[in-house]
Amino acid sequence: MAVYLLKRLLFMVPTLFVISVLVFVIIQLPPGDYLETYIAELESQGESVDPDRIEFLRAEYGLDKPMYEQYFVWASGMLVGDYGYSFEYGLPVNEVIGDRLFLTVIISVVTILFTWAIAFPIGIYSATHQYSWGDYGLSFVGFIGLATPNFLLALIMLYLANVYFGTSIGGLMDPEYIDQPWSVDKLLSVLEHLWIPVVVIGTSGTAGMIRRLRANLLDELQKQYVVTARAKGMEEKKLVRKYPLRMAMNFFIADIGSLLPSVISGAEITAIVLSLPTTGPMMLNALQSQDMYLAGSFLMFLALLTVVGVMVSDLLLALLDPRIRLQGGAAK
Amino acid sequence: MTTHFVSQEPFDPHSVEKLTPEQERLYLSSQWRLMWLKLKRHRLAVGSSIVLVVIYLFAFFCEFLSPYNLHTRNTDFIYAPPQRVHLFHDGGFIGPFVYGHTYRLNMENLKREYSPDRSDIQKIRFFCRGDAYDFWGLVETDVHLFCPAANGHLFLLGTDRLGRDMYSRILHGAKISLTIGLVGIVLSFILGIVIGGIAGYYGGFVDNAIQRLIEILRSFPELPLWMALSATLPVTWSPILVFFGITLILALLDWTGLARAVRSKLLSLREEDYCTAAQLMGAKPGRIIGRHLLPGFMSHLIASASLSIPGMILGETALSFLGLGLRSPITSWGVLLNEAQNINVVALYPWLMLPVVPVIVVILAFNFLGDGLRDAADPYK
Repeated sequence: MAVYLLKRLLFMVPTLFVISVLVFVIIQLPPGDYLETYIAELESQGESVDPDRIEFLRAEYGLDKPMYEQYFVWASGMLVGDYGYSFEYGLPVNEVIGDRLFLTVIISVVTILFTWAIAFPIGIYSATHQYSWGDYGLSFVGFIGLATPNFLLALIMLYLANVYFGTSIGGLMDPEYIDQPWSVDKLLSVLEHLWIPVVVIGTSGTAGMIRRLRANLLDELQKQYVVTARAKGMEEKKLVRKYPLRMAMNFFIADIGSLLPSVISGAEITAIVLSLPTTGPMMLNALQSQDMYLAGSFLMFLALLTVVGVMVSDLLLALLDPRIRLQGGAAK
Repeated sequence: MTTHFVSQEPFDPHSVEKLTPEQERLYLSSQWRLMWLKLKRHRLAVGSSIVLVVIYLFAFFCEFLSPYNLHTRNTDFIYAPPQRVHLFHDGGFIGPFVYGHTYRLNMENLKREYSPDRSDIQKIRFFCRGDAYDFWGLVETDVHLFCPAANGHLFLLGTDRLGRDMYSRILHGAKISLTIGLVGIVLSFILGIVIGGIAGYYGGFVDNAIQRLIEILRSFPELPLWMALSATLPVTWSPILVFFGITLILALLDWTGLARAVRSKLLSLREEDYCTAAQLMGAKPGRIIGRHLLPGFMSHLIASASLSIPGMILGETALSFLGLGLRSPITSWGVLLNEAQNINVVALYPWLMLPVVPVIVVILAFNFLGDGLRDAADPYK
């Protein structure tokens, strides 16, 4: 096990290296750089641009250096936890992201819990009552959830919440609490706003999860050990919970890998529509204004989390399921 | 010594189980035919494919079926609500008609208010002349299936902020939204088969390299990467180039799943005797893969490919909605929904959200069809 873990960790190094090169290429791809966007913006506002100042900035941020040197500076900085400088905010990337990360994690964690709380009972019900009206109905609702674009759902919920509950439009709290220290009222206001993003982001995830849990559980329910247990007179509820459900959980553990990055990226589109102070809209903004270090750090961070997440779920699977062997080929 | 009875009749191997002609046809039918027979029994999939065919036909004939052109502006009718089609007026049958809109600007809240004018009966004309259009670059014509009454107007689904008819725009948008998924899937199909084929057939180092590449591509969350890539499309590009750029981006991130499926199948199939035979006879790798190996699991590939079309359509919608995807004058459902971004729209002009209805219908239909195809292609079910 230790050897396997070490191997996986070692293997992450070249993977992350390639990813970092890819990320750097992607953020460099748009023609021009942030300073050009900045100049254009100033000129459109009728302000004059001092060429000396631009040259100074360019040298300051290393934008005049060749590509590979810029990459090297960026990548080596990341190794020691320095993610570079956000042009737009005029702050180090760490500080810019730090603020938003907290709220993003709150929303994501609540959403994940919501998804599980809804998806599990429904998935189990659908599988144990296959082809019943309940199963059809729930599957249909799930399909609709999958097919409806999230942003539209967000808009409609926002509107309904405003009309029926008087919740203020957008954001994660009433405007008067922004930049205020945390208090009970602020917390209540956050709670009042939180449910919309949670429900909106949650629905699509729930639908997918219900379908997979149902499919996995159905496969297990047909196996012989279930028949045996039933023949021996085991109570139906206990039977499902005791064996097939545990086997069907494998997909769920394998999912953890993709869960980690989604906690951070915080459902970009919904967040943009709801103007949540999370990381998603910030990343979109950074991409559009070519705030390259901010955008690059985001992408890199997300990729890192995926790689780590996949490793964690592989390890968990190996721990929890004795059938999965670490050394390939030995099981033949 | 006992004697055995030995029949002198010639031995017929089918004597135990006589096949009816029907069974014989089934047993001898090709893989594609078997798949078709199975698919036919999947009612949801059949229904979905009919829906899809109808929708594609609508998209194909969109100019003919819509009363206005994509960019026709009716400056007198900005944000006009949908009109209802009536058949009877005051108990008398007139045929399909709409009441004309009367427009009033509410000076208190500066809201445009439209109300049906019951004295103004506008009969819908059929097979009539309206906006001129170029039908697929073949015929220039101005015949529409139905148009508003002369000097009248007809907005079945309302108008947008420039007074453009939503019904016509949704139909025109279908053309782009529906092709982007198909073009994208074709691209990713080709990429997946070629790259997966190379990995599976050669194995060893090539396989390893490609596997790592796939892993790396998969280690990016999809949407941020889409966003990042479409942000790289230069603003100066013409809308058509952007369209192809977006399709390419969707395809570039989608082929990995197919490539994996192709690879794992090829790894096992290349050990088969018929493959060795082809090699001994001097067939080149390209021919062996394309001619002998791929047809063995093509049906399975197509089924799984069809399941990723809805993802592509949703992806385009999302990107365009964010303003990162297609841009006007190219109009897709996502571009139309981009206008519905504002909360005011939900409150005041809810009909601008209507493009989401075809999105949902198409995505559901593709999902059901894909499910049906997958079940049909699975020989063990």
